[in-house]
Amino acid sequence: MIAPLGDTALVVRVGATIDESTRRQVLAVVRALAALRLPGTEVVPGFTTVTVHYDPAIVLHDAQDAAMPFDVVAAQVAAAIAALPDADVNDGNDFEIPVCYGGEFGPDLDHVASRARLSAQEVVERHGANDYRVCLLGFLPGFAYLGGLDPAIATPRRDSPRTAVAAGSVGIAGMQTGVYPLDSPGGWQLIGRSPLEFFDPLRTPPTLLAAGDRVRFRAIDRAEFDRLCARRA
Amino acid sequence: MTIRVLRPGLLTTVQDTGRAGLQSCGIGPGGAMDSLALRLANILAGNASDAAGLELTLTGPVLQFDTDALIAITGAALSPTISGETIPAGRAVLVRAGNDLAFGACTSGCRGYLAVAGGFDVPVILGSRATNLGAHFGGVHGRALCTGDELPVGAPSDDAERLVRRLAAASRPWVADHAGFSRELVSRHGPDGFVRLLPGAQSDHLSVPSGRALFESSFRVSTKSDRMGYRLEGPPLTLAPVVEMTSEAVTWGTMQLPPDGQPIILLADRQTTGGYPVIGHVATVDLPLLAQRKPGDAIRFVSTTLASAQRALVDRERAIVTATRALHAQRTSE
Repeated sequence: MIAPLGDTALVVRVGATIDESTRRQVLAVVRALAALRLPGTEVVPGFTTVTVHYDPAIVLHDAQDAAMPFDVVAAQVAAAIAALPDADVNDGNDFEIPVCYGGEFGPDLDHVASRARLSAQEVVERHGANDYRVCLLGFLPGFAYLGGLDPAIATPRRDSPRTAVAAGSVGIAGMQTGVYPLDSPGGWQLIGRSPLEFFDPLRTPPTLLAAGDRVRFRAIDRAEFDRLCARRA
Repeated sequence: MTIRVLRPGLLTTVQDTGRAGLQSCGIGPGGAMDSLALRLANILAGNASDAAGLELTLTGPVLQFDTDALIAITGAALSPTISGETIPAGRAVLVRAGNDLAFGACTSGCRGYLAVAGGFDVPVILGSRATNLGAHFGGVHGRALCTGDELPVGAPSDDAERLVRRLAAASRPWVADHAGFSRELVSRHGPDGFVRLLPGAQSDHLSVPSGRALFESSFRVSTKSDRMGYRLEGPPLTLAPVVEMTSEAVTWGTMQLPPDGQPIILLADRQTTGGYPVIGHVATVDLPLLAQRKPGDAIRFVSTTLASAQRALVDRERAIVTATRALHAQRTSE
C-alpha cells in the first residue's frame, strides 16, 4: 500500500479505480497527512494515490542514525492513515466556469460530436449539464483534472498533440475534462475557451481551483467572452 | 548595488533551490538543475545556501560590476575571466568596481553557477526567486537574462563583509580567497561517472533483454533535452503490456518510457504528474552529475537500492556540513 517513488518520495495507493469513492478517500488521506506537518514534506493528491515528497537528510536529523529515511516516513504515514476518522471529508468550493464553445475556440468540437453521433449543440449541452469534481491539479500550474464527464462525449486525446494551445482552452481527454491555465503544448480535444484566469503567480492562492472543488460549466457567447476578458485586464 | 548584463549567454537564469510546497497546485519546485553546485557557490560567497544565484548554460554571460562584489563560481568549467585573466572556480573572488566578468569555452560539464554575496535580489514569487520558464514567472520577468538587464543584489552577510575587507587590501582587478572546497565536492562531472538508478513502478514490465540493456548499454543525451527533462537515445526498450496508466506523481529523476522506447528523465522543470510507465529513478545524490551532462554526452546507469541511495545522500549532506565548517576554520585561521 505504501511504496517508494525514487529516494525522496513515497506513494500511498488509496483505491484501485478512478471513482467518487476513491476521490473522497484520496482527499481524506491528503488532509490527514498534511495535518501531520512533517518537516520538509509535501503531500500531493493523485487520482488513486497520494504522494509524499520528503527530504531524507531532514528525516534522519530527527531519527536514529541506523534507520532508513523511507521506513521512518512510511511508518508515520501508515499510523496517520490507520487513525483516519470515518467521518466524511469536508468538501471544497463551488465554481461556475463560463465557456465560449466551438468556433475558433473549439476546433475539435465537431470531431467530438461526430464521434459521439451527436450534434455540436448536444455536446455543449451535455458538457454543461454535469457537476464535476477537481480530482487533482497537475501537468501545468493550475491545471485541474475534472472527473464526472458524461461518458457519451468522452473522446481520446488527439493522435498528435498541438504545439500551442491557448490559455483558457477547455478540453476533453478520455473520461476527463479540464481547462489549460497557460499557453502550452497539448493533446486534449479542444471544445471551447473560458475567459477566467486559472493561474496567477501573484494571487493568493495562485490557482483558481483546488482538489475537492465542485465545478459547473456555463455556455456564453462571444460578446460575453470578450466582455469578461476585458473586465479581467 | 546592481550587476549589469552586457551579454546574456546561451541560457542564463536566476535560480535558487526552488519552490517547495506547491506541487498540489501543479507547480513544480524548479530551481537550480545542479542544486549542489549552487549551494556550494552560495556558501563560498557567505550566503544562506538557498540564496538566488545565476545558472549559466554552456556559454556564460558578460557581467559588469559597478561596485566591489564578492562572487563564487561552481559547476561546469566555463573559463571565467576578469580583465582577461582567468579566475579560479570553487573559491570566493572579490571583483573590484568597474570590471567585467566574462566566460569562455565550456571545457567540462554543462551548467555553471554564479553566486554573489547578498544574493540576486529579484522579487520572491510563491516563496522563491527561481525562474519558471514554462509559466513565465520568477527570476527576471520569468525569462532568461537579456542584454541590458540590471540585476539587483541584496546585502552581504557579516561573514562576506569581513572577507571583503581582508581581500580588498590588494589593489588588483580581482582577488581570490585562499580557502575553498575540495575539487571533488565542487565539480562532480567526471566523464566515467556512472549514474545510480533505483527501480520504478513498472521496472518489472521491462522485457528481459531491455532490463539488461538499461544497465549494459550506453545512452546519449538527445539534443531535445532541457531543464524539463533529458531524452535519452539508445537501444529501444520494450515493456510487457502495462495495465492502463493513469497520470500519477513523478519526481526529480523519474525515468519514464514513452511508446518509442527511448527513456526520458524528468528534471528540475518537470511536470508534477506523468502518464508514461516509470522504469526507474535516478538516485538524488547523482542528480548533479546528470545536470552536468550536455546534449551528445554519454550516460551509463548502474543499479542501486533505496537503502544505499538514501545513505549516500545523507552522507553527502554531512560532508557538506563538515566542508563548510572547515571552510570557516580556514578563513578565520589567519
